[in-house]
Amino acid sequence: MTDIKVNTAPVLGTDGKAGQHLLEVENLHVEFRTRDGVAKVINGVSYHVDAGETLAVLGESGSGKSVTAQTIMGILDTPPGFVTGGAIRFRGKDLLTMPKDERRLVRGEGISMVFQDALSALNPVFTVGFQIAELFRKRRGMSRADGRKRAIELLDQVKIPAAATRINDYPHQFSGGMRQRVMIAMSLALDPEILIADEPTTALDVTVQAQIMDLLAEIRRERNMGMILITHDLGVVADVADRIAVMYAGRIVEQADVHSLYAKPCHPYTMALLDSLPRLDLKGQELNTIKGLPPNLLRIPSGCAFHPRCRMARDICSAERPALIQLGDRASACHFAEELVGRE
Amino acid sequence: MGRYALRRLLQAIPVFIGTTFLIWFLVWGLPGDPFAGRCGEKKCPEAYVTYMTEKFNLDEPLPVQYLMYLKNLITGNFGQTFNGTEIGELLAQAFPISMKLALVAVVAEALIGITAGVLTGLRRGSFIDNLVLVSTLVLIAVPIFVIGLVARYALGLSSVSPDAPFVELIIPGIILASGSMAYITRLTRVNLVENRRADYVRTAVAKGLTPSRVTGVHLLRNSMIPVVTWLGLDLGALMGGAIVTEGIFNIRGIGGLLFGAINRRESGVVVSIVAILVLVYLVVNLLVDLLYGVLDPRIRYE
Repeated sequence: MTDIKVNTAPVLGTDGKAGQHLLEVENLHVEFRTRDGVAKVINGVSYHVDAGETLAVLGESGSGKSVTAQTIMGILDTPPGFVTGGAIRFRGKDLLTMPKDERRLVRGEGISMVFQDALSALNPVFTVGFQIAELFRKRRGMSRADGRKRAIELLDQVKIPAAATRINDYPHQFSGGMRQRVMIAMSLALDPEILIADEPTTALDVTVQAQIMDLLAEIRRERNMGMILITHDLGVVADVADRIAVMYAGRIVEQADVHSLYAKPCHPYTMALLDSLPRLDLKGQELNTIKGLPPNLLRIPSGCAFHPRCRMARDICSAERPALIQLGDRASACHFAEELVGRE
Repeated sequence: MGRYALRRLLQAIPVFIGTTFLIWFLVWGLPGDPFAGRCGEKKCPEAYVTYMTEKFNLDEPLPVQYLMYLKNLITGNFGQTFNGTEIGELLAQAFPISMKLALVAVVAEALIGITAGVLTGLRRGSFIDNLVLVSTLVLIAVPIFVIGLVARYALGLSSVSPDAPFVELIIPGIILASGSMAYITRLTRVNLVENRRADYVRTAVAKGLTPSRVTGVHLLRNSMIPVVTWLGLDLGALMGGAIVTEGIFNIRGIGGLLFGAINRRESGVVVSIVAILVLVYLVVNLLVDLLYGVLDPRIRYE
């Protein structure tokens, strides 16, 4: 094909640049100013998601994975949380600098979120129908009756039996799994381009967890959405994610596609995480755990934040912080990353 | 819910009988001559005492007297005062005014209290917040007769006219409500602050709703449950507890009637007023309990 310049606005965004990602988090810094001092919760996180792909963000509690999501959604509690640097570009536009009203319209419609505990995330005093239809009424200007009809359709889509009657029920009248389906239905109401699922299965029974993950994966496929799946559960990630970002102490320590990461983790922290998974062939033996505790974010260890717990740690690890270096199509923030990627 | 309400109404019967008996016993059963001092400086004539003793069944044993009183009460007969006025008429004159005053007070309390509570709850630590908090402290600490008298002279108000139209009751109503208003303000503020960080509020923000809808619908509805309870119970308290306010503004309501009756040892009036107030409390209490379920669907009645 010859090089024809098409003089129309790019499909993505109004002032978007070509070749950009749908959502880009760039060098994000967030700190919590508490009475005990300043906790540096996010220290330069960058990741991106495109339509149709699933990025899993993996990490222990306190690694900053949820706070990153909250910052993207603009629901960070301020105070104590403050964004101190970086950019979050959705369709090329920085969410952090855009006017409040414009940003509000991105919520739900551009990016929406499924929360961890649907029981507390849904308003206890309104019916689920009201809470879903509210989106159609207030954001789409639909009538009460139309909003209700659309809400029933949505509940149907997330496979809630007898949606037309259950719409009048309150959140506490649903089982945990059904409640999470309601939450998912609500997040889909305005056809978002990106869905952030913050530990969507943590509060559920193991059998229900798989159903919810399947549902999320199916919906993502059907709607060709981008998805950010935040979890600490390595088992959940393997089936649905395309890429994985592993976070530790507010930084991404390893990023790779799901197969490479499982086949050959290239950061000691990821290796330790994978080692700590229960395995059938090692039945009867003690589980491997990662020794020590996640770091206190008020006093993040010098150098590599993981060094006090790392089996491979040497002198350099406590002295110098390793940068996240690109190794082919993956990245790792370890002084020995090249050795690790080169190993058999 | 219907069965629950019915059961609660049935439960109210023994409560009503028990409380009225207690009051009745305290008023009539205490030692002392009910006719002492009725006839000025002199001792009352024998004939008068005999007549009155007969009229008010004072010769009967106390339980019998109470049952006779209760029988009359149920048929709507409140009896007479010692000088022969129908107590029912006195009540019919006094109650509407007190009811009006209490309603004005509750409305003022709700409007001003909740508004102030929301303003301060949303701007915790701001100038408004501190100003309102100090004001509520003053309102709670200063006795109502001081507030009432100061307001009366500062605003140059005179007595309320005998038929007490609503307009004239606004200032007395606000003064009557002042203490509760301060309490409502703090209650609203505390609940708002507590619920503001709730997950469902965060969800509402994440849905891209306007800040006013997040606060006005999602946050406020959850924060109102304890406030409504308090408002309901206060309605009963305000009706019986308006003695001082009614005195300051010369309002001829229940408070004044009760006060006078106690002074003049008009036992029948005292018991009747208290019986009605007990009834008001019971009904309001039931309504508040039923309202809980409307405000918070998680509450189930059994």
